[in-house]
Amino acid sequence: MPKTATKPVRIVVAKVGLDGHDRGVKVVARALRDAGYEVIYTGLRQTPEMVVDAALQEDAQVIGLSIHSGAHMTLFPAVVDELKRRKATDIVVFGGGIIPDDDIAVLRKKGVAAIFTPGTPLQEIVDWLRKRFPES
Amino acid sequence: MAGFTGAPGTGKSTLVDAVIALLRKQGSSVAVLATDPNSPFTGGAIMGDRIRMQRHALDGKVYIRSMGARGHLGGLSLATREAIRLLGGFGFDQVILETVGVGQSELEVAAVADTTVVVLTPNLGDSVQMIKAGILEIADVFVVNKADIDGYARVVAELRTMMNMAPKREWRPPIIPTIASRGEGVDKVWDAVLGHRKHLATSGKAQELVERRLRDETAEVAAELARERARRALEDDPALAERLLNDGTPYRTAEEILDRKG
Repeated sequence: MPKTATKPVRIVVAKVGLDGHDRGVKVVARALRDAGYEVIYTGLRQTPEMVVDAALQEDAQVIGLSIHSGAHMTLFPAVVDELKRRKATDIVVFGGGIIPDDDIAVLRKKGVAAIFTPGTPLQEIVDWLRKRFPES
Repeated sequence: MAGFTGAPGTGKSTLVDAVIALLRKQGSSVAVLATDPNSPFTGGAIMGDRIRMQRHALDGKVYIRSMGARGHLGGLSLATREAIRLLGGFGFDQVILETVGVGQSELEVAAVADTTVVVLTPNLGDSVQMIKAGILEIADVFVVNKADIDGYARVVAELRTMMNMAPKREWRPPIIPTIASRGEGVDKVWDAVLGHRKHLATSGKAQELVERRLRDETAEVAAELARERARRALEDDPALAERLLNDGTPYRTAEEILDRKG
């Protein structure tokens, strides 16, 4: 297939919960755009239901979540559960924020595909996506 | 089906958000196709129109889809027309288009939407800019948003002057002031859209539009297919590509590619 006819991978990017720190998520969104992804940014203070609903409406393959409020152990799994409830487990969830290593292991087990903490080079996130979606 | 267009930052998304709220109050289901540009270099995009429409997020009667223009010029995506058809098939009462923030040539919305709403704000530039942009010809309804800031009266006066100088049309676009962030004037915008829709039906223009649209869409899809074919031909046929480079004859090469079978 010619390169131009491939479908861009679509990523819904959101801040969940009561958390107004959106500098990081905007930087990541920009990096993903520059890597050729279609990023749908849904803004601040989203509930897990809102994020999943947006991902379904937008036919996104990926959800990227940002949390700096400390509520990651509640909100990340809530998004994964909502995806199960809506029968959309094919959508890959990854996240970022200030998240302790011990929590990362638990979240991975609960179905979050990857967690990137502050200081992660942007290229690392892009490389991870490329590996996950080789056609992109 | 109404299309909202205007320069970046005029408040298109905020206005569409207010229109959704109005239509939901009236009990209609609403589908919105919001277009944002893709980077011409990487193909990536950041689409943020949903941010302004968050309050409708969990309303099952509101469907919002962000579409990357994906290199298609004109302010919409090549797939927009197909998407409109699909949404109609799903039974949405109203379908609303929002274009990318347009500059001076992205006028495609006028060919796709029944009613084109051009959104302006005070202090966008002088009247020459408006004439250049061609918005006078495509607008069925003018909205002057952010009507509470300075320069509002001047925009309206300039619009009126230009309309008076233009050749007379059967439909004179109304000018509606709004403050979309507070929902002010939005009911008048929708009244104007409905008024124009009625005009289309009674004047017989509606049928004309349907026919013209099918022709336009066919031409557009044909152009896209031809572009794809040329790209592929040059990729798959190194001899052709090399001759093109040596001779520098894009016209002849293009004709040759199109003349080839299948």
